[in-house]
This record gives sequence, structure tokens and C-alpha cells, in this order.
Amino acid sequence: MNWNKIFALSLRHIYLIKGSFPRILDLIYWPTIQIFLWGFISKFFTLSSSYYNNTVGIILSAAILYDFLFRSSISYNMMFLEEIWSRNFTNLFIAPIKLSEIIASLTFTAIFRTLIGLVPAALLAIPLFDVSIFKIGMPLVFLLLTLYIFGVTLCLLVTSGLIRFGPSFENIAWASLFFLAPLGCIYYPIEILPEWLQIISKLLPLVHIFEEMRNILIYDIISYAQIFKAIFISVLYFILGVLVFYWSYNGAKNRGTLINMGE
Amino acid sequence: MKLEVLNLSKKFNNILAVNNISFSIEKNKTLGLLGPNGCGKTTTIGMMLGLITPSDGEVLIDNQKFEEKNRIKLLSKMNFASPYIELPKKLTVFQNLNVYAKLYGVEDVNDRINEMAENLNLKDFLNKKTGELSSGQKNRVSLAKSLINKPKLLFLDEPTASLDPDVGDFVREYLENYKLKNELTMLLASHNMTEVERLCDNIVMMKKGEIVDKGTCVEVVKKHGRNNLEEAFLKIARSKDELE
Repeated sequence: MNWNKIFALSLRHIYLIKGSFPRILDLIYWPTIQIFLWGFISKFFTLSSSYYNNTVGIILSAAILYDFLFRSSISYNMMFLEEIWSRNFTNLFIAPIKLSEIIASLTFTAIFRTLIGLVPAALLAIPLFDVSIFKIGMPLVFLLLTLYIFGVTLCLLVTSGLIRFGPSFENIAWASLFFLAPLGCIYYPIEILPEWLQIISKLLPLVHIFEEMRNILIYDIISYAQIFKAIFISVLYFILGVLVFYWSYNGAKNRGTLINMGE
Repeated sequence: MKLEVLNLSKKFNNILAVNNISFSIEKNKTLGLLGPNGCGKTTTIGMMLGLITPSDGEVLIDNQKFEEKNRIKLLSKMNFASPYIELPKKLTVFQNLNVYAKLYGVEDVNDRINEMAENLNLKDFLNKKTGELSSGQKNRVSLAKSLINKPKLLFLDEPTASLDPDVGDFVREYLENYKLKNELTMLLASHNMTEVERLCDNIVMMKKGEIVDKGTCVEVVKKHGRNNLEEAFLKIARSKDELE
């Protein structure tokens, strides 16, 4: 991999963010709204019943982690869609850059975009609701890493669809994460789901990540086995995502959709 | 660079977009790829750029087959400009050229951008957003991007489409002068026959995915008993018996 080319491609997106205050505001706005909304809802439950003790911390931590997945995924998809919207797609695919370098560049730039939005929101939760995601400690790094790998995997599948079906696949790009959210057991334990759905949801890394987060915050127990299981599942999906992306790319070359792709 | 297209075909589902075409461009020569809309020019260019996988046949660049294993090496010496593809509109001209210079591994990026800006009169709007430029300005920026890596093989798809005669002439003159000073093999797809006569050493005429004629402009005009290439083009494009 050529890191100069990866940087060059990232630079295109950094220029875009840097040059537009509304874009920066947009990146920060949604995670912050999310924190406010879930923070107040959880606070209401806590004040209404002792049964919901500790709810604010758990719900807000889940909201921040889920938003991390959501934002990284959306960032990746957005950057890919930007190339289609700006009709720059052909220029990109005739440049001497490998597919792996395009994937790497989008992956690294997506984390940059995600952190711009999420760090202020996570910091805001500390004084406002007395909730610090950083209380999870070292496992937080692994949980974020797993979420990120899974987020990028979802994007690879969505971008594969964009390459395969063209810009009309855009709506799926936005809907993809909402589709998995109920199965991810983000805000509730897996036991809430019917048994047959539990079997399906255990195939997703999200369940293991959010169950582990709750274990740490409620019982103060860290299970690295659970964390590594989540990482393992995410990596498996990631490999699958890369294979699907390459398959779609070759399919698009066969169908001739890479030339003149745009809105 | 020498470009050879050998028995190239492309079938999309059951439609034969390009049917067994062969031609070559010798080093430092310019070939005009002509034909009516939908005749397979863009598909042919797509196959030569590696954007479309041929159903049959091959593209050789300096006797090397254009395939995945040497794609990066060959693409770094090639480039393409078309009014149908654009550079990101929200980035400034400088930013766009900077990104592409880096992607193509250009050394002394700033010097190269300044050189292109000087030669193509981009200096006044180098820091302006690309989306805010006029068609003529965008066209020159697109040309600058396509020459940023000093390509040895350049594909131009209708480089002067939608330009006023003054800017169109500027682009043609620039390309003529650039070719005199640099080693460049060029494929030009155009509907402007005056432009083709001015810039091309040879032409290939396509119709319904097939090559129906080729040679120098003078040869083709003479063969069809017409006064100029425009008339020869019209004769070929309108004739029903060429392929049917």
C-alpha cells in the first residue's frame, strides 16, 4: 500500500470538511442531540423509579457507543457518495490507486470525521449527566475498535451495492444501520428478544459488545473472552465485506457502470 | 507509448456494444475516434482505461497487456479528460490539482501546479471553488488535471464540447503546442470535425460498435468523395448499407 496515495485521497475529504463550517457543525450536532435526548429520557426514568437506578449511565454509554458505530458508518458512506454526487468517480478509478488504498483511505478518514462529532458529545455528557464513557477503562478501546471494524464492514457492503446498482442504492445506505439496531441489543439485554431472534443476533458482534458494556458498568466485570469473541466476529464480517466489495467492483467493470457514474 | 487494440468486443447482456475492433496508435501520434452517438466510443475508451472488462480481445500498451497486475504502473503514465466527468465542486482548483498530483505521485507538486496554472491561464481562479467556475474555466481545469502527471498516453473525450469558439481554439492550440514539446500519444473522441482534422494524424470511424473506416483524414475524405471530414462523417453516419 502506498501511504502517500492514501493520504492524498484522505486530503480530498479533509479539504471538504475544513472548507465548510456547516459540515463541521453537522458532524457535531447530531451526536450532541443524541446525548441530550437519551440523557433526559434516562434521567426521567431514574427519578421516577428506583428500579431504573444507574439507567442514565448505561443508556448514555450505549448511545455514545452506538453513535460511534452509526457515525463511522455514515461517514464512510457519505465520503463514497460524495464521489458519486460530484461525478468524480471515473477520475478516481482511472487514477493509479489500488482498491485497497481507496478502502484504507475511506476507513482512516471516517474515523477522523467520527471523532470530530463524538468527542465533544462524550465530553458534554460528563458535566451534564455525570456520565463518562471513559469509566469503561481499557476495554473501551477494544469495544470501539470492534464497533469500528463492524461499521466499516457495513459500509463495504453498502458501497458494494452502490457500485453494483448505482446511486439508486443510496437509500439502503442510510437505512442499513437502522435495520441492524433492533438485533444489536444496544439499549436492552438480549433476553428481551424472542429465542429465535437471540440466535440470529448472537451472530452479530453488536450483541457481544453491548452486553459486555453493561457487564462492565453494572457488575464491574470484564470478560475479555466476550470482547475477543466480538472482535473475531467483526473481523470475519470485515473479510466478507472486502470480498463482496472486490466482487462488486469486478461486476461493475463487466457491466460498465464505473464509467460516467454520477447523479 | 504505443497503444494497440486487438479484436476488442463488449457485450452488455445481449447487446453487442463493441464488435471485434482493432486499431493502434503509434508513439507520439494522435488518433481520432469518431462516430455517431451510441456507436461504442465511450465503451471503447472505458475498456482502454480498464474501467470496463472486455468480453473479448485485448488492449496492449507498449506491448503490455492492460490487466490488474500492471494496472497501477500503466495508469500512472495515462490520463483522461471528459466533460462528462467532473472534479469535486466544493474543492478549490488548487486543492483538486493537489489531490490528483499526489494520487499520480507527481514530484514537486507545487511547481507542477503553478506550471499548469501559468500555461492554461488558471492563476486567477486557482483558489476559487471548482463548482463556481464557468464551462470554459472548468474545461481548462479538467485539462490541467489530465496533464498533471505528464502522461505519455492521453484520452480526451470531446475536450471542447460546449465551449465557445475562442476557448475551444485555445484548448486546441494548447494541445498542439503541448504535443510539440512533450512525448504524448493521444486518443481524441470528438464530434468536432475541424478539431479532428487539426489535431489527428489518423482517424477511426465507428458505427454500431464496429469500425467502418480508418486512415488519415485526407484518405477518408477522398475515399468517400467529399470535400471535408464533416461531409464524410455525415455520409458514413447516414448510410444504411454500411452495416445493415
